[in-house]
Amino acid sequence: MKDDYCRKTSHSKSGPGDAGKTGSWRILRPVIDPAVCIPAKRGTPSCYMCWLYCPDGVISRGIPPEIDYEYCKGCGICAEECPTKAIRMVEESSFIKEDT
Amino acid sequence: MHTKTNILSLPEEELVYPGNRACAGCALGIAYRIGLKALGKNTIIVVPPSCLTVLQGLYPIAATKLPCLNVTFASTAAAATGLLGALKARNRKGINVVGWAGDGGTSDIGLQSLSGACERGDNFLFVCYDNEGYMNTGVQRSGTTPIGALTANTPIKGKLQRKKDVPAIMSAHRIPYVATCSAAYPLDLYDKIKKALTYEGVKYIHIHTPCPPGWGFEPRYAVKIGKLAVETGLYELYEVENSNVRLTGASEKLMEKRRLLPARDYFRAQGRFAILTDSQIEQQQQEVNARWEAYFNTTEDPDEDTPD
Amino acid sequence: MQIIESGNVAAALGVKLSRAQVIAAYPITPQTPLTEKLSEIIEAGDMTAEYIPVESEHSALAICIAASSAGARSFTATSANGLLYMHEQLHWASGARLPIVMCVVNRGVGAPWTVWNDHQDSMSQRDTGWIQIYANDHQQIIDSVIKAFALAEEVMIPVMVCYDGYLLSHTYMPFDIPEATLTDSFLPPYRPAYCLDPDEPANLNTVTLSDVRTDINGVKAHGYMEIRHLLQQDMLASMDAIERVDSRFKNIFGRGGSPFIESYRSDDARFIAVGIGSLSYHLRDVVDDLRDEGISVGVMSMQLYRPFPYQAVAKALKDCQGVIVFEKALSYGYQGPVCSDIKSALYHYVGPEGSRPFVLNYILGLGGREILTKDLYEGLKLSCTTKPSSPDKPRWIGLKL
Ligand SMILES: Cc1ncc(C[n+]2csc(CCOP(=O)(O)OP(=O)(O)O)c2C)c(N)n1
Ligand code: SF4
Ligand code: SF4
Ligand code: SF4
Repeated sequence: MKDDYCRKTSHSKSGPGDAGKTGSWRILRPVIDPAVCIPAKRGTPSCYMCWLYCPDGVISRGIPPEIDYEYCKGCGICAEECPTKAIRMVEESSFIKEDT
Repeated sequence: MHTKTNILSLPEEELVYPGNRACAGCALGIAYRIGLKALGKNTIIVVPPSCLTVLQGLYPIAATKLPCLNVTFASTAAAATGLLGALKARNRKGINVVGWAGDGGTSDIGLQSLSGACERGDNFLFVCYDNEGYMNTGVQRSGTTPIGALTANTPIKGKLQRKKDVPAIMSAHRIPYVATCSAAYPLDLYDKIKKALTYEGVKYIHIHTPCPPGWGFEPRYAVKIGKLAVETGLYELYEVENSNVRLTGASEKLMEKRRLLPARDYFRAQGRFAILTDSQIEQQQQEVNARWEAYFNTTEDPDEDTPD
Repeated sequence: MQIIESGNVAAALGVKLSRAQVIAAYPITPQTPLTEKLSEIIEAGDMTAEYIPVESEHSALAICIAASSAGARSFTATSANGLLYMHEQLHWASGARLPIVMCVVNRGVGAPWTVWNDHQDSMSQRDTGWIQIYANDHQQIIDSVIKAFALAEEVMIPVMVCYDGYLLSHTYMPFDIPEATLTDSFLPPYRPAYCLDPDEPANLNTVTLSDVRTDINGVKAHGYMEIRHLLQQDMLASMDAIERVDSRFKNIFGRGGSPFIESYRSDDARFIAVGIGSLSYHLRDVVDDLRDEGISVGVMSMQLYRPFPYQAVAKALKDCQGVIVFEKALSYGYQGPVCSDIKSALYHYVGPEGSRPFVLNYILGLGGREILTKDLYEGLKLSCTTKPSSPDKPRWIGLKL
């Protein structure tokens, strides 16, 4: 009954990747340097400006913070807002070379 | 008095899935992510056509974990009222009803239904994310596009009219709570949404959300541009609680420090203001100065004060 | 209980008996007394419902759309330009498959302004995916409103109950108010298959692509066209539901039995006059006179306009010699919409003499222009006695150029 009805309407259920693996949008990849990143260095939860500002919510609030490259769009906001400049934006193509 | 939320006390759970269709560096993404954390799961959202419709996903996939009703462009606030009516009729208590619309869906086509709901005093939160144009249809001017901005339908001379002051219009309805926010200050946004939810009636929150492709800057600067708008004094963060106006957060600090960044820094950082001449920028600077002079006069000058 | 009241009050009492939970409306003549009556009933505490006095008809239907999406039985009413102002929302309500009921108190549309009756308002919303029912008298108004909720909730398609402004809305006639205990058993509380709920989140009316797309579990979901196709399928199938609802109602209340068309002295008629609403009763008087003169003519009224009961219409009309359609609406640049639809329903049928009946169209009563019995009589008599010329061009009755 319910499924039947729902299939007659545009009834969407939540899940990741509506736009696909948006990691493929990236030209530059944000890479966190644990030697510079505050929580990574201190070993205690702190800072997390990158987590706060990531528009796509793909950075974890862990030690160290981790980036989900499957979906990171490479906008660079995290690198720009990181107070210690711990995040470098690295050419994606360099990783492709690495892989092959 | 609310305690201020900090990054570590912000809920960790995300209510928006990654891999959504918003452009890279979209400040709406920041505002929506943080806003939904403040609203929590016991919420129903109403969304009119806008970039948010697209961010929220294409059938059959939703990027948002909250229940959401997509409605026609003009009807966000009325639909929110309808949801409240149904929840009351069905005796469902404690569910937040929230309209979340773009500036076009708020200041232009949605204003009539929003005004009607304010006058009736319906109990919902209305959030306007202001990317200062009709972005979803390809960056045309809206009521809140600032003067001088190039858009797809003000392509040569830029917009000739001033930005419509929607929060002031909302305050004129004497609703219990009006606040302005910026995606560049997510914690302030979080706290204001939390506070808004404590009031009965229509609550209005206006969020400045820089839009990289629409405004002409690189995605990584989205937060920088948002902060510049506030630090130049061009966009103020304030609250109107039961008709009492108060600068808040970064704007309050600005008032205390009495030091605005030059408006020029904001304009020159964005492609959409490329045709503004130095004298036009100077004129806008004069206007900002005059507005802030009035704020400064309400506080004591820190330079004349001897701090202890 | 029998009372003598206006058509608008009959509608309001039908809404009350239907226990609508959310009602939103905006004033417009001649609908206004209907929703005023509802606000009075609710303020007096005689009905439990949320009555929301909105700032526009667009918002009135927005409220019904949202309330219905969140599981509440919802009602609104309007006329003329109010209905036109809802146009976008009409499509939204049917596309979202919401069982909203709306009374349309028929009035001509501007420009120029008119407040008087014709059918241009609802007829021009024909293609919005709403079921359209037309009532001919006060009893049919109250009964149709109650049946409309039952129908809408069975097929999940919104329903318009249309009736003539002034001629029915403001005239007083006796009618029976059904017993509340009986209407409650006829129409139990609305139990939606799905409604918006934080415990079971979904994003409704999402942007939908042209092609099908797999969902998060890898199951193929529809594209836009499939969703629209299902609306059409269900709209056509709703004719069965309409019959079921009508016969269920008849079993309890003893009224009804002709949910598609109502025929009067038509069984053996060589000519059949077609009309909608109060006009169909007016035609009955004329037919009585013509019958006295030996002219074999009857009347068919359209009780249901969408879905179009094409089989019932064809069955009723295919064997006669001529069909004369009297209409208070026009598809400008062609003819009356009902006339076109009837012709199309007859296309596949060939009558006993190897030909189809001719179909003539009269346009009359626009903007409340008085419909004189004499004019109806002359028009109908002429159509039954002379061979028609240029049948595709509607003729006008009561025109004073
Ligand atoms: C009645 C109606 N008119 C026009 C449109 C086309 N339209 C869709 S979104 C949009 C612009 C939305 O602008 P805004 O509300 O500022 O949100 P943004 O896209 O900028 O986020 C327009 C004009 C529509 N969907 N409905
Ligand atoms: S913003 Fe920089 S320093 Fe702070 S947590 Fe992120 S990477 Fe580390
Ligand atoms: S802020 Fe941008 S670049 Fe950084 S992790 Fe998020 S999506 Fe990737
Ligand atoms: S156009 Fe602007 S507002 Fe719309 S999704 Fe892209 S960045 Fe965000």
